[in-house]
Amino acid sequence: MEIKDKYEAVIGLEVHAQMLTKSKAYSNDVNEYGAQPNTNVSIVTLAHPGTLPMMNKKTIEYAIRLGLACSADIADNQYFARKNYFYPDLPKGYQITQDKTPICTGGEIIIKDDNGNDKTIGLTRIHMEEDAGKSIHDVDVFDTLVDLNRAGVPLLEIVSEPHIKTSQEAYNYLTEVRKLVRYLDICDGNMEEGSLRCDANISVMLKGSKVFGTKVEVKNMNSIRNVQRAIEFEISRQIEAIEKGEVIAQETRSFDALKGITISMRSKEAANDYRYFPEPDLQPIYVGKEQIEAVKNEMPPLPRELFIKYTNELGLSDYDAYVLTDSKELALYYEGVIAATKNYKAAANWVMGDVKSYLNHRGLEITDFPVAPQQIAALIQLIEEGKISTSIASQKIFPALTENPLEPPLSIAERLNVIQDSNEDSIRAYILKVIEQNPNEVARYKSGEKQLTGFFMGQLMKVSQGKADPKQANQLMRELLEN
Amino acid sequence: MYRTIGEVKAQLSAGKTVVSIVQDYLTEIEKQKELNAFLEVFTESVLEQAQQVDEKIKSGTAGRLAGVVIGIKDNLCYKGHKVSASSNILHGFESLFTGTAVQRLIDEGAVIIGRLNCDEFAMGSSNETSAFGTVKNPLDPSKVAGGSSGGSAAAVAAGLCTASLGSDTGGSIRQPASFTGTYGLKPTYGRISRHGLIAYASSFDQIGPFTNSLEDTALLLQIMAGKDAYDSTASSREVPAYMDGALPSKIKVAVLKESFETKGIDPEVVSTTEAIIADLRSKGHEVELVSFPYLDYVVPAYYVLTTAEASSNLSRFDGVHFGYRSPDAKGVEETYKKSRSEGFGKEVKRRIMAGTFVLSHGYYDAYYTKAQKVRRVLQTKTDEIFRSYDFILLPTTPSTAFEQGGVKDPIQMYLQDIFTVHANLTGHPALSIPFGNHSNGLPFGIQIIGKPFDENGLLNFAAYLEN
Repeated sequence: MEIKDKYEAVIGLEVHAQMLTKSKAYSNDVNEYGAQPNTNVSIVTLAHPGTLPMMNKKTIEYAIRLGLACSADIADNQYFARKNYFYPDLPKGYQITQDKTPICTGGEIIIKDDNGNDKTIGLTRIHMEEDAGKSIHDVDVFDTLVDLNRAGVPLLEIVSEPHIKTSQEAYNYLTEVRKLVRYLDICDGNMEEGSLRCDANISVMLKGSKVFGTKVEVKNMNSIRNVQRAIEFEISRQIEAIEKGEVIAQETRSFDALKGITISMRSKEAANDYRYFPEPDLQPIYVGKEQIEAVKNEMPPLPRELFIKYTNELGLSDYDAYVLTDSKELALYYEGVIAATKNYKAAANWVMGDVKSYLNHRGLEITDFPVAPQQIAALIQLIEEGKISTSIASQKIFPALTENPLEPPLSIAERLNVIQDSNEDSIRAYILKVIEQNPNEVARYKSGEKQLTGFFMGQLMKVSQGKADPKQANQLMRELLEN
Repeated sequence: MYRTIGEVKAQLSAGKTVVSIVQDYLTEIEKQKELNAFLEVFTESVLEQAQQVDEKIKSGTAGRLAGVVIGIKDNLCYKGHKVSASSNILHGFESLFTGTAVQRLIDEGAVIIGRLNCDEFAMGSSNETSAFGTVKNPLDPSKVAGGSSGGSAAAVAAGLCTASLGSDTGGSIRQPASFTGTYGLKPTYGRISRHGLIAYASSFDQIGPFTNSLEDTALLLQIMAGKDAYDSTASSREVPAYMDGALPSKIKVAVLKESFETKGIDPEVVSTTEAIIADLRSKGHEVELVSFPYLDYVVPAYYVLTTAEASSNLSRFDGVHFGYRSPDAKGVEETYKKSRSEGFGKEVKRRIMAGTFVLSHGYYDAYYTKAQKVRRVLQTKTDEIFRSYDFILLPTTPSTAFEQGGVKDPIQMYLQDIFTVHANLTGHPALSIPFGNHSNGLPFGIQIIGKPFDENGLLNFAAYLEN
């Protein structure tokens, strides 16, 4: 047994998701990424004397959406709080956040554990707050530059319970959170641009222990993969330290992605006293049942609901269901196809196969795909009716369809003259032709090489230019070869 | 000089122009410069405004305040003009916008003549904490004009503007009104938008007018009150027609018994209040002494809560984004420390430190939480009184205006607010009307507190008392 197997890790994640609202949390400034520095900064963002925050009600709706998706309790009465600290990218000298009355408490997110089984990660809370601006230390040699475009951008902070045990679970959790906020259209989930950020609280303890070890907070991980790497490093570091008899310090550490290590930023003793108190400039918020109901009625389908539907009701494999629900857009496309055909498996194969590879080759998103899902369903219909073979559909009709997305597949099949021939006489004629052209193979078949059926079918397709109905042909082929 | 809006209107009807009215005021301001009421006179912009209003009068499109000359406390934002909250920390700062209350006055034809001296960040009761010197009481220059809106009170009392705006966090309108013989109204919390008011304590601050008549108070309130998209704490409740004269035939008035027992209260203040009580009773109204054993708690609770909010509100003055920055600070930490140490005055620093302390880990519950509880108790008890009474009557101040430099102990100074902080803690509207003439020759005010949003009743009752 390795030393590290004696230990188990306890991990809780704090995720900050920038909300995709048009304007900021408490001002009319535009909320957009990548604008010229300090262009989306009104007097409210600049915290000029005499200005007051103005509530962007959309943020409440977004928070309710996420709360509903995580089955969290949504508080009816809430107020905002001020978190006080000095920093140049925080012009007010305090951040408006929620302290004692988060909009959501409890709730859960279901992920896969390391063995691929479902695992429920509990949520402590989800609350609304505003982002700070950005301090840029590496552009000017002498000075730190401050960009306040981000100051006041609305955030949802999602705090998990310390239910996560491994770096892989953390990876899966974040993937799930990102998927969820994207499904809900409340955050674009882009970790590289910082619209989704994650801090990890990590501690280790001897397996089976009831007492948690000292937790260390790790920051500055700009991808899900880096969160995983940081956690892996931190678990090893803490175990090694404990094995050496050292005491783990309660501190905040920063992840260095180049070196793959964490570095101490500040100890807990040096931490700020944030002096939270109720924000007197904003009215308390009341969220009524009607409001929650209204948001509920507008909820998009959720990845987990779709996954369960696809596996339980539609009979798809876990893998297929996972791929199809990976993004809402793909799932919605698939939903469009199965609204027009009952052949769910074929629909899944088309969407995951031909459609996805078409997109992959061109670097497109499903939303850029020119062919309507009903057209794919019609294509599946043609195959089911025996009008075309699957290979013809894939090789001839589908490419033509992407060129002429509005043309009915049947008309394409007719235009290309690939309607399948299921007339027994003509199939018989094709088969006889194949037998006649391949006497050697016929002889080998007759002497027992039954696997040559595939060869004959191939030849048949060639002779019939792909039009012979393979199902009918298969049967007839055998009969004629046996005689 | 023109002491009321009515007098201004009469002059305009008689053919006088707004420009010449403004010029008269400018002359008067210059004459009474030693009062130190104005920090800056907006000579250029006010004359420009006056010209525009004159044109509007000619074309018949002038508003309800055409030609009314207003001075604003130096914590109210007015676009393109300096605003400093009487502090060095806002050195050189010019506002990029006009606050709602000021804008609504301008929209009705008022012209803004200048910014008025006050205690630094409205923290004070004598105008002596201003970085730009104290304001003299026009009725006796050896005395203070009160605070924090001392300049606003003095300017109206001295006839340097028709009316002025102040702000009231714990009595900063009513106390100087009492000291200068003017009318000072602190409206219900949320009645007038705070957009454009430099915050001292956000859950207490209210903008209000200083005038020389109740009618003027009513009209200014009428125009400034009402909901505002820029302030979510501004009430969306409809604004009624103020001072419609309606009063119950039998007015029920509560007098807080303990107010007469306040240590150091001037006997003439007591006797004047008692005379009013007797007069009301003689006219068949119900006036009762109500026990309100909380006066000892109001000032401490007020100072805990307001300093807590102030410590946060004043964080933005950090030398980084605007205002004063210490010229020899290196690095961000030193910029904060030096800019704030050099930019803020003593009283402001005292309150920031007190507020930071009461919100600190380990002290929070003993101070901030407890003071919040006191605030809730006061609200409940005050509501109880208003279930049986229409108004609460009490003195505005324990005494008349005191000597410049006469109150040195900050705690003694804080007790100046003993009768006024109550209405800020509970949010009720309160009005000080000049009532007393002390044998020392100075005026003092009587204060009426009304039901939330019953400024109309308050004004009607005040008018009744005056007759």
